[in-house]
Amino acid sequence: MAEIVLNGVTKAFGPAKAVDALSLVIGDGEFVVLLGPTGAGKTTTLRLIAGLEDPDSGHIAIAGRDVTREPPAARDVAFVFQQYSLYPHLSVFDNLAFPLRAPGRGFDRAGIEARVREVAGLLRIGDKLANRATHLSGGQMQRVAIGRALVREPALFLMDEPLSSLDAKLRSDLRIELKHIQEDLGATILYVTHDNIEAMTLANRIGVLNAGRLEQVGTPREVYESPVNAYVAARLGSPGINLLPRNLFADFPAPAQTATIGARTEHLRIRKTTNGGASGTATWIEHLGDQNHVHVTLGAEKLVSLAEPEAGIEAGDRVAVDLINPLFFDKQGARLTV
Amino acid sequence: MAEIRIENLTKSFADFAAVKDVSFTIGEGDFFCLLGPSGCGKTTTLRMIAGLELPTSGRILLDGEDVTFNRAAARDIAFVFQLFALYPHMNVRANIGFPLKCAGLPRHEIAARVQEAARILRIEHILDRSVSRLPGGDRQRVALGRAIVRQPKAFLMDEPLGALDAEFRHLMCSELRMLHDRLRATTVYVTHDQLEAMSMASVIAVMNQGRIEQLGAPQEIYDRPASLFVADFIGSPPMNFLGFRGGLARGADRIEVDGALIAVPRLVEDLAPSELVLGVRPEHVRFSDASSIRGEVFGAEYLGTTQIVTVTTGLGRLKARLPSSITVRTGEQVGLAFQPEKLSLFEKASGRVIRSALHEAAHG
Repeated sequence: MAEIVLNGVTKAFGPAKAVDALSLVIGDGEFVVLLGPTGAGKTTTLRLIAGLEDPDSGHIAIAGRDVTREPPAARDVAFVFQQYSLYPHLSVFDNLAFPLRAPGRGFDRAGIEARVREVAGLLRIGDKLANRATHLSGGQMQRVAIGRALVREPALFLMDEPLSSLDAKLRSDLRIELKHIQEDLGATILYVTHDNIEAMTLANRIGVLNAGRLEQVGTPREVYESPVNAYVAARLGSPGINLLPRNLFADFPAPAQTATIGARTEHLRIRKTTNGGASGTATWIEHLGDQNHVHVTLGAEKLVSLAEPEAGIEAGDRVAVDLINPLFFDKQGARLTV
Repeated sequence: MAEIRIENLTKSFADFAAVKDVSFTIGEGDFFCLLGPSGCGKTTTLRMIAGLELPTSGRILLDGEDVTFNRAAARDIAFVFQLFALYPHMNVRANIGFPLKCAGLPRHEIAARVQEAARILRIEHILDRSVSRLPGGDRQRVALGRAIVRQPKAFLMDEPLGALDAEFRHLMCSELRMLHDRLRATTVYVTHDQLEAMSMASVIAVMNQGRIEQLGAPQEIYDRPASLFVADFIGSPPMNFLGFRGGLARGADRIEVDGALIAVPRLVEDLAPSELVLGVRPEHVRFSDASSIRGEVFGAEYLGTTQIVTVTTGLGRLKARLPSSITVRTGEQVGLAFQPEKLSLFEKASGRVIRSALHEAAHG
């Protein structure tokens, strides 16, 4: 296990910069998640670190050694892809053992056996070792794919949306298991996803990517509670943050350059009113089961918040909306602190 | 806009019954979701409504007219597949107008209808643009425009948002729902994503192995699942299940699970001793030092406003949704209490829900 340093890494495809001067240090044993939409440069970053792409400029170091120009095999990283690519004709055991049998790894038969059984136990597929890899459920196949990375004990794991092809339930189970395995092994992981829930639940630190640039790096709580700009704020939280024009709350005290007020559920108090004081109308209560979202029209703007059952708001009700310590952003979207 | 009635619909492929004797009515103006895992029969049901498959037996009525064996083109229904399927060499206007051109409508009629569809979708400003350079959201709207322009009696949609990013999918969900509110068109929507169904549907039919397990409003299905399958399928994270063995008496309002007495909604049926399951939603679990249900915190997942805490107990792992303000440490010993009036009980063997005050309240 080792520290990974990216220093000013840039990669362009034609005129478009897929990764733009990316600098990031991933500590030994740290779980870092890069979060961003399709096209933000997540996968390219992983491929650069793995050596599947060459950077146009910048340096990549693993455990203090500059690997920028080294071939993939010399870098001691393991890649887990979105689509589990298992050998369909091999058993689960042989799929897991495959990386250990590669020439030059120096494992004897007993060593391979012990290592495969240990990893299979960790991933709770110990009873499936004799199965053909294709005779497994999707969740089990992805466990085998992760297991194949784990057996090698590489310096760094690179994971490209490994849970995105699984259904919601499996995803949430594997999420917490992956986190535990990482903590137990002290593994260093760089994981990319567009799913903000995965990012928040897995990461020690989240890096938010936008068009190849790293907008902010911090713990989930830091990034959620103190986003550096409106772009980052909009990436996290469910329901998403409401970005509203400052003049919608003309009486609310805000820093001078404020152009946009960012209000999450916890920054809003929405009350039903029968007399005056109403500023908006509840247009729709979205029932999501565990939580209900209230959609409110406020002048020409719309906002969404968690509906508290005790507030008793129904569609069509006139409501008053109050702000409690919201976030402020200037015209360019940069965060303003009070 | 139309009412769609399905009567005893069955579809068999060789020796496999994909849809088994299904009956339901989709009311005029409903946003009706067929929800279930892959292979449950939801897409086959939709394709029979569209006329793309013929049923083995049963009837389909569109506004009272039997259309079971009518050809797809004769049904006055618009089918929206993956919303991205556009003609790349045509501009937006030509893409939207294409179905009308095929139907041989006069040019001025086409122009007027395309304009109207564009107005509803708020894409009037891009009518003359090429579709190949449009951002994803606008492409989706153009594809919808092509369905709207026909002014069909009903819209059928088969996982139209399946291929999209989570963030964008959520945005399109609320757009589809708002579009439905403007048009009030009867819509049948197939998905395996329970969150999509919960957020858009006025009525959900949960399908499993060719049958409808439960049909009702989203909140009804969430609060009062009719079976273990539905309880497990709806909700994220899903309902916690605690297995226990016991007999139940009508009027009882507590059960014994692994030595702990747990208050439940008052039962309205008797049950001989058998294997039973207590169902608890994560948001109905809270920490309580006084509780005799003990466990060790396995992990906490921070979600901003709330967190999901997983606790290992003698009865298995339970998930609780708690406010993020509560500090939780992995390995910590905690007691768990449940919100009594929200709990569900099931027979393990049949999966059937056991009737209690939870269900009486719904009809009271």
